[in-house]
Amino acid sequence: MPATPLLEVDSLTQVFAIGRGIFGHGEIRAVDNVSFSLSGERPTMLTMVGESGSGKTTIARCILGLTAPTKGEVRYRGKNIATFSGKEWQAYRKEVQVVFQDPYGTYNPVYKIDRVLQVPIRRFRLARSRDEEEEKILEALRAVELRPDDVLGRYPHQLSGGERQRIMLARIYLMHPQLIIADEPVSMIDVSLRAAFLNILLSFEQEYGMSCIFITHDLAVGYYLGGRIIILCQGTIVESGDMDAVVHDPLHPYSQALVASVPPPDPRMRWSDEADMRAGELRRVSGLAQGCVFRDRCARAMPRCAESPPPMIKISDQHEVACYLYE
Amino acid sequence: MLEIRDVRVHYHSVRGDYRVVDGVSFSVHPNEILGIAGESGCGKSTLVEALLRLIVPPGTVDTGQVLAPALTAGTSDKSDLLSLSEEEFRQLRWKNISYIPQGSMNALNPVMKIEDQIIDAILTHDTITRAKAQRRVGELLQTVGLSQHVAKLYPHELSGGMKQRVAIAASIALQPDLIIADEPTTALDVTIQKMILQTLKRLKQALGCTIIVVSHDMPVHAQIADRLVIMYAGRVMEIGSVYDIFGEPLHPYTRGLIATIPSIAKERKRLAGIPGASPSPLAWPGGCRFHPRCSIAATICQNEEPELREVRPGRFVACHLVETAASLNA
Repeated sequence: MPATPLLEVDSLTQVFAIGRGIFGHGEIRAVDNVSFSLSGERPTMLTMVGESGSGKTTIARCILGLTAPTKGEVRYRGKNIATFSGKEWQAYRKEVQVVFQDPYGTYNPVYKIDRVLQVPIRRFRLARSRDEEEEKILEALRAVELRPDDVLGRYPHQLSGGERQRIMLARIYLMHPQLIIADEPVSMIDVSLRAAFLNILLSFEQEYGMSCIFITHDLAVGYYLGGRIIILCQGTIVESGDMDAVVHDPLHPYSQALVASVPPPDPRMRWSDEADMRAGELRRVSGLAQGCVFRDRCARAMPRCAESPPPMIKISDQHEVACYLYE
Repeated sequence: MLEIRDVRVHYHSVRGDYRVVDGVSFSVHPNEILGIAGESGCGKSTLVEALLRLIVPPGTVDTGQVLAPALTAGTSDKSDLLSLSEEEFRQLRWKNISYIPQGSMNALNPVMKIEDQIIDAILTHDTITRAKAQRRVGELLQTVGLSQHVAKLYPHELSGGMKQRVAIAASIALQPDLIIADEPTTALDVTIQKMILQTLKRLKQALGCTIIVVSHDMPVHAQIADRLVIMYAGRVMEIGSVYDIFGEPLHPYTRGLIATIPSIAKERKRLAGIPGASPSPLAWPGGCRFHPRCSIAATICQNEEPELREVRPGRFVACHLVETAASLNA
């Protein structure tokens, strides 16, 4: 019998009501019937890639219990998080950690950096004495390649965006969580400082066995991390599988447009093709209750794409796509 | 087209002067796309704001000249953009030099039709009839790949990419000789980014204009720039053709910047990044401003600021150890 998965996202749907009032009303299906799971046996690096409005942050918020899904559920070690007791929540809050996008907005500006690391140690009783607490903090800073003298005793505004995001990783290191949710953690930090952050995240997976759901709009960053990938388009999973298999051989027309739009960082590899105007253009705000979400932007749409959403089709053990072209 | 000489922009505060742009010189050739690259705080946006005379107190342009005889001919007998009178410079705006600021797609007036916004801009700077201006709007939208019916729509009816193309269409309304675009694709989805970049490339060919693109995103420059200016800490570190700079970066900072870009087009390699963090414009490091983060820094780098030198035809580098740096590429 296979072990219970660490995390299961099961038929997750999140509907937001919009425009209540005199202008009529409607709804946005931010997330529509999304399912995936993370193994309970070995750590997983999972990247969720999608453009703005693809629902990636909403999925993260559901996993963190910050929003209750309209339908479906999130199970942690087999148990629906909506049914957690107070004690279970406390454990969950330790085992699942998050890094948000904005390294400037996550800190309280009146407290020194030290406090960001002391609070979890005290809250979760990770140290028995002040000496041990200090030792733990130094160890955590070493793990994220920060020099204690550069950061301790200083205020958030005195640190760069890259340093602040690494302090978040130091905090995570202290907790040794099972799962890290990283929502666009590098999009606001300079390129020269991104690599350090990504390498630490990889070491957390490889050396300490922490799984990670990495959310990004930047396919190249996700590719660097390897592991698995889920491509989201307007709230649904259009393709998923092994990172290399999906990026080197994207099957869904949306994934193909996405991969073809990532600019190669080399002037000898300039685009020779024209941008697919349709793929980047017409985008609906809501509606299309049935059928494939990409069909009105898809160059290869068929009549049946409007009838019902395509099922997930298994191409190989490492590759699935939701598109009628592969039936 | 432009000859920028020793431009310095300082912001004055009680804590001291922020030397955001601190002695920048380079030239812009006619009919090229010149990319200005660098990370946040390097002064790239402030520099173009200085060219456009948009620096307001507490900022001042302390020194420098921006010589543009081709642009000022017919308006003034002076050729330095920074010493024109306000009225003289106003005449150049939009007609000779246009600007697509960062986030310009969000600057459209939400209660005006696209057409009326562009016509307004045209009639402010040109003396043609309204009917003629209206016809021109149709042509402009076509140039940026939008259909004619967009003219009658309001901004909220357009996607981000369409709005950005409207902003570009407005900027070329009076056929400027020089277009300056600041982060034209930042915050846009990649599929849309690709369209915008291809639109800019087409404009250069169709209008024969010169375009300056400011971006922190090196892959963007790799796709569209002809030449690149790399800035760091308020100074120019390196200038060269985009092929030379990507093929053989000579400044250690440029080298680090290129080595740290993840790519799906190449084999996955461990990225190193650049150690340390960008310095503060309140107190740039002495000597070479990059030396605290540089892997090959020597004593001279701590003591003397390197000049930007032409080390090969058309190739400028500000590094004492350019030979050592070049050998790292081998």
